[in-house]
Amino acid sequence: MTSNSLLFFFDALLVVTLLWLAWQSMSSRDLFRGIVSFIAFGLLLALIWVRLDAPDVALAEAAIGAGLSGALLLTALSRLESSAKEKKDE
Amino acid sequence: MNRISSVVLLLLLASLALILGLAVISLAQPSSGIGQLVNMQMSNSGVDHPVTAVLLNFRGYDTLLEMAVLLLAVIAVWSLGSRSSPQQTPSNHSNPILLALFRMLTPLMIVVAGYLLWVGAHAPGGAFQAGSILAAAGVLALLYDQRLAGRLSSWSLRFSLILGCAMFVAVATGVMLGGAHLLQYPLPWAGSLILLIELAATISIGLTLTALFYGTSTGERP
Repeated sequence: MTSNSLLFFFDALLVVTLLWLAWQSMSSRDLFRGIVSFIAFGLLLALIWVRLDAPDVALAEAAIGAGLSGALLLTALSRLESSAKEKKDE
Repeated sequence: MNRISSVVLLLLLASLALILGLAVISLAQPSSGIGQLVNMQMSNSGVDHPVTAVLLNFRGYDTLLEMAVLLLAVIAVWSLGSRSSPQQTPSNHSNPILLALFRMLTPLMIVVAGYLLWVGAHAPGGAFQAGSILAAAGVLALLYDQRLAGRLSSWSLRFSLILGCAMFVAVATGVMLGGAHLLQYPLPWAGSLILLIELAATISIGLTLTALFYGTSTGERP
């Protein structure tokens, strides 16, 4: 197998996994699972940017798209849960 | 009813996909873009990396507005008010993993941020990437101990948040004193001016993103 076809296989795998993760993060009933899928989606998207020869965008995507957005979403989720618990206690 | 609405949704999505696909197919031949133009003008930009040249020099106005948008985002989040429920565990001092990560990664992240900022002049990197690494260090510190947020006084935090925008505007209008247009850096100083803007922007972006993560303003109201 030449390196070209190997790379094509890798790209195809990336695209399929990316689409699957996107679907997972949208459709998951468990919000935590959805957020984790979204973070994985961001990291894979960063890999795709590298494959498209755009390392600048890849850096920003990994740091902001996957890391910080993921952290923000997780905090939002924990606050949603704690405020829901408070309402129940009242 | 549920099934009907999902069928309608599916039809809508399928037609949208069809229209988008047709639009992509009907696109004209891929143009060469402005890559060549940028490469021709690189010697006038003061930096060696085309992406940095476009972001900070050729299209500096867009980046200036992006900084303003980040500032607006913090103001919007702060205006939503204080957090309704103070978290039960403001500090995680007993967590050895967080402690080790906090101790080992924070200095490393600061060095990496500085490196990314410096290397942005001739390789992938730059203010946004360096700022987000700084923000990751800030988030880690907040995860370790939320009370660290109170260490930054209100004034110094606010000053650092607007520093990037203020420096950008100051440089952009400052060059007009020498008879140039807005954001038209004089060539001998272009590299230094861009580095100055990026340094201020890195600090502001790092603190802005950390502040977004923390969610409310810190300290006393002035």
